[in-house]
Amino acid sequence: MQGEYIIKQISVFSENKPGRLAAIAEALEKSNVNIFAFSIAEANSFGVVRALVDKPDIARSVLEKLGFAVQFTDVIAVRMKDEPGGLHEVAQILGDAGINIEYAYAYSGREAAVLILRVSQAGEAIAQINAAGGTLLKESDLG
Amino acid sequence: MHCADQRVERMPKEDLDRLQYRLLKMLVYRLYSFSPFYHARMKEAGVHPDDIRSRDDIRLLPFMYKSDLRDGYPDTIFTAPQDELVRYHVSSGTTGKPTVVGYTKNDIELWTTSLARALTSCGLGRGDVIQVSYGYGLFTGGLGLHYGAERIGATVLPTSVGNTERQIELMQDLHATAIACTPSYLIHLGEAAERMGVSLQKDTLLRSAIIGAEPWSLSMKQRIYETMGIRAYDIYGTSEISGPMFSECFEQKGIHVWSDIALTEIIDPENGEHLPPGESGELVMTILQKEALPMIRYRIGDLTKMMEDTCPCGRTHPRIERISGRVDDMLIIRGINVFPSAVEHAILGIEELSGHFMIEVDRKGPLDEMLIKVEMAPEAFSDKINDLITIKRKIEHILKNALNVGVTVELSEPGSLPRFEGKAKRVIDRRVF
Repeated sequence: MQGEYIIKQISVFSENKPGRLAAIAEALEKSNVNIFAFSIAEANSFGVVRALVDKPDIARSVLEKLGFAVQFTDVIAVRMKDEPGGLHEVAQILGDAGINIEYAYAYSGREAAVLILRVSQAGEAIAQINAAGGTLLKESDLG
Repeated sequence: MHCADQRVERMPKEDLDRLQYRLLKMLVYRLYSFSPFYHARMKEAGVHPDDIRSRDDIRLLPFMYKSDLRDGYPDTIFTAPQDELVRYHVSSGTTGKPTVVGYTKNDIELWTTSLARALTSCGLGRGDVIQVSYGYGLFTGGLGLHYGAERIGATVLPTSVGNTERQIELMQDLHATAIACTPSYLIHLGEAAERMGVSLQKDTLLRSAIIGAEPWSLSMKQRIYETMGIRAYDIYGTSEISGPMFSECFEQKGIHVWSDIALTEIIDPENGEHLPPGESGELVMTILQKEALPMIRYRIGDLTKMMEDTCPCGRTHPRIERISGRVDDMLIIRGINVFPSAVEHAILGIEELSGHFMIEVDRKGPLDEMLIKVEMAPEAFSDKINDLITIKRKIEHILKNALNVGVTVELSEPGSLPRFEGKAKRVIDRRVF
């Protein structure tokens, strides 16, 4: 049952220079791929663009055709209260369970805020969040 | 293994020495009498054709340099009148003014003979389809290989460079068994085939490649064999000595230089003295029977070593090792000699990389800084920044060990670094001296 809460994130290697994000975004626009959430991590001369999109397979093939190095990465998405303390609640659950967050980013949607997490043990994280009464999103819940 | 000319290719070494001496003596007399340029050079050096009493007396003769050809532009040092010439080739002039090489009928004949022996020694012959993907035209690669391949009875597919997708289609449809091209073009071809869903290994009959015109390394040869199933043979030559002339044989133990065509010396680039066999130095060639543009002790500027023992294939002519660099390509980074070929060798040994690279040299304050841009293989990409930084540090560590000088590595997107269809220019030196 936990598998349904694993969400396919698309990760793209990008040089850290003007125009690279535009190139990625343009390719996604042209193939009518909608981006729900994204983040950029950077180190000196390069970076990794991570995104949750509505059509990950199309996004991947379009970007690979342009020569980008692309990967799918498993992440989980947790609904947070969009008010003070929302993030604390989720982070506390994982911290108490000894689960390390490798990286995270968030977006504030119409209904609630969503925290996207890459964690060391996804299965354990899902179990702990469910047990604590948190709400995990499935791929179909996004948007 | 089959020879194009068994009698010459397996001639006893003493006979080859005697033959070289005779050819050298005739050449020097001819030039002293008919070449104002070379007559003056010999006078300056205080040497007369009568002084040449053995093959080793070649060391008394003055050197020729690329600048002699440039200064003589276009044809002032030719020793044949225009009406005896059947062809011109013109070098690209990447390092200065272009140089023009003229050929008499015999010059073309000699060049073709040399290549016919070379191609035969790689196991090619009648029944083979050789795709010539060197540029046709002013560059010597295309036409040179074309004539050589026809001479051995192979079928030539003269695709020249470019239009890569069509090349891959024709290679399949006409069952090419061998290709002649630059190493970077072969890699480019392999990548393009992959994008088209064509496996060079499974979907073509391509099994050998005659590779030259730019430096490449042993690791690239291995990679070509492993990823494409193609045995790559090193071919050597420059336009000044006619064009591509000499290659490895099937044994792949060095490039056979035909003694009746060229007299090879290896010298210390600093003082011009001969180096013993097996020692690395600057290659100097004398083309013994060239008519239109004789080359005597021509300092090509390539670094290699010579082997004089008989090759396991039975050919007695000396061999040179793959070119390890150029006298004038050598970069001096913080006082350390760095050869781009060594960078290539190191990079091709790293599985996370595609093999393409660029070297950029700058001077920050008093220090030289070498930046090496590399392309990650798409499979090596990790979503985690830490993994990427680890890869970058690993490459920096490998390069530092290989070059004895610290470098900064920059990871580039797959496919983003320049591909070269002609001579690769992988070094950008922005230092002002």
